[in-house]
Amino acid sequence: MYSDTTADQEEKNNYLNHSKGIKSWLTSLDHKRIGVMYLFSILIFFLVGGIFALIVRTELWGPTKTFIDANTYNQAFTYHGTIMTFMVILPLIPSAIGNIILPMQLGAKDVAFPRLNLISYYVYMSGALLAVVTLFVGRVDTGWTFYTPYSIRTGGATILVLAGAFLMGFAAILTALNFIVTVHKLRAPGLTWSKLPLFIWCLYATNIIQMLATPVIALTLMLLTFERLMGIGIFDATLGGDPVLFQHFFWFYSHPAVYIMILPAMGIINEVIPVFSRKTIFGYGGMAVAVFGIALVSFVVWGHHMFTSGQSETANFIFSLITMFVAVPTGIKMFGWIATMYQGSIRLDTPMLYALSFLFVFLVGGLTGVFLATLPLNVHLTDTYFVVAHFHYTMVGGAIMAFLAGLHYWYPKFVGKMYLEIPARIGCVLTFVGFNVTFLPQFVMGIRGLPRRYYDYPPEFTQLNQVSTVGSFLIAFGLLWTFLFLIISAYKGPKAPRNPWGANTLEWQTSSPPYHENFETQPIVTKGPYDYHS
Amino acid sequence: MSHTQTTPGKHHFAHHFKDAHHEFDSCKVGMWLFLLQEVLFFAPLFVAYSLFRSTHPEAFLEASHLLNWKLGAFNTAVLISSSFTMALGVNAAQRGLHRKTVKYLALTILFSIIFLIVKYFEYTHKIHAGLLPAGMFSHPVQHDKTPIFFSIYFMMTGLHGIHVLIGIGLIFWIMMRAKNEEFGPEYFTPVELVGLYWHFVDLVWIYLFPLLYLIR
Repeated sequence: MYSDTTADQEEKNNYLNHSKGIKSWLTSLDHKRIGVMYLFSILIFFLVGGIFALIVRTELWGPTKTFIDANTYNQAFTYHGTIMTFMVILPLIPSAIGNIILPMQLGAKDVAFPRLNLISYYVYMSGALLAVVTLFVGRVDTGWTFYTPYSIRTGGATILVLAGAFLMGFAAILTALNFIVTVHKLRAPGLTWSKLPLFIWCLYATNIIQMLATPVIALTLMLLTFERLMGIGIFDATLGGDPVLFQHFFWFYSHPAVYIMILPAMGIINEVIPVFSRKTIFGYGGMAVAVFGIALVSFVVWGHHMFTSGQSETANFIFSLITMFVAVPTGIKMFGWIATMYQGSIRLDTPMLYALSFLFVFLVGGLTGVFLATLPLNVHLTDTYFVVAHFHYTMVGGAIMAFLAGLHYWYPKFVGKMYLEIPARIGCVLTFVGFNVTFLPQFVMGIRGLPRRYYDYPPEFTQLNQVSTVGSFLIAFGLLWTFLFLIISAYKGPKAPRNPWGANTLEWQTSSPPYHENFETQPIVTKGPYDYHS
Repeated sequence: MSHTQTTPGKHHFAHHFKDAHHEFDSCKVGMWLFLLQEVLFFAPLFVAYSLFRSTHPEAFLEASHLLNWKLGAFNTAVLISSSFTMALGVNAAQRGLHRKTVKYLALTILFSIIFLIVKYFEYTHKIHAGLLPAGMFSHPVQHDKTPIFFSIYFMMTGLHGIHVLIGIGLIFWIMMRAKNEEFGPEYFTPVELVGLYWHFVDLVWIYLFPLLYLIR
């Protein structure tokens, strides 16, 4: 493929050593460096959010007080939820992996607006820091949902967290805008819409949701800020307003937002499964359309979060019905992946192991979603641990498993070294087992009626809670193990070739790690992204 | 004025674009997408307006009598004129008429400042009369939901006002660049984009004016 001299050339001239010093990173307009900065920042927040998860789980080891008081417990689950949703899972795949991979899969030198890309990063960081700084200047206990009227009355530096979420939303909008223009305007010659890798299709659908839904939450959080500052009363019943209106606005964003988390995850699975099955993806067109089906339906189902909020019976019925439709495109995707693997030559490398874990946990998460969409069941299960388990199966099991699949899949491209295969597989198994040990018992507790977010619980739930807590420490161990070996691999791993997996998408046609401007010459696309046999 | 800053036809487009036109096209798509998200940004306020209006029409009727529609109409005319001068400014920039560009952009800024001055007098009058957001409302009214109208009024016009302020800053920036003769038939992207933004800001007001001042 390439001689030693070109290998030396690549060694000398890639995006990692193109220029040196911390300042060359902090002011870089290179989409790959910005992506790496996102990746590191988000992983640090992931660690912080994870510590809060462990605090919550440890407190729940037994009924009543284990080691923190009720108020601290409320703050702990608030920070766990806020950090994990706004700072970690929402930007994780699009802003970190997407930033690095999207322009390369398109055969472009950069995103359409590199400076805007860097600005988005700093807007995101200032928002994240504003929110985190409240840990030291007046902690927040509203839960990540900021429901009124409690969020208007409670103390703490709630406004700072609201402002932080506002800024992070703004960053997400700018990133989405940037990516959409990039996909439209910077595709390589020959890369027609019907040859786009499905990862791009998924990011594109995600970006549309980000652009259309995020402004709504931004304004809502702004109104809530003014509600606290000067009592505008729009969400305050004592002043003539309507607290349920807040819930409508909140879920008009936050329901599509769960698809901001899961669609890019599906995008990664779309890439990994064909490569490690050595087969063309099953039903390319259907897989792409299904993503847009999910994106479209995501905007009209928000009311299923509010079945017990007092909205009308008719609204409940309609929202329940439309929510069921989400299962159709999602089902198409599940069957598409399974059909892709059918009769393929499957290689069980770490990315594929994570992808298979994804299929399992996402199936559980998706099917329990159908349970919750069912109106009478929902009334019974609302605000119980069943809901907690359901959305962790989709958000953690879905988004994080897929993220880890993608991280291992593209690791050779990012770093230029192969990760160490055996420890990576062990890490995957640990995380997968830990995950199920944590959240399967929560389904049972939920069905038996244990409400979420409670500090205390009846003694008969002790055993299941303890299993769940043990599981959470197993996840923590598995993730620390995984990241430890990823760090070690950067030093000790064998040098990565250009295309270790034999994949067809464009990012594998350049050196590992890629050049500063991605490709030596402008790539020209002649065959489809999953065309392995021609 | 320096004439050497950019020679027409030699605009340096960013390295990842094919040519200057490719860059212009991409920027324009970006701006339209930005305006699309702006629509969604204002949307919750319009929803809140419709909701409270449909549940409490009598309060909104009372409240709209407390606004001065003549000042609103005057401001509407001012903003529409500013959109007109902005369009003339964009046109002049496209044709490379530097002095005309500066003149029209200066006029646009003038109109928008007049708009803000009128808004300032409207606001001070309301503040003195106690017509404030619900939490601070102190004007005698018949319907207990009337204060909510003023919450929505201040949020909507305030958010619009912030957009006007940002617009003034942007127009000033491109006016300075026009003064340096940076724009011509080959490169006028910033003027075009700020123009689009400014028309959007006007359009928002064209909805706000009848909704808040006129409908009774």
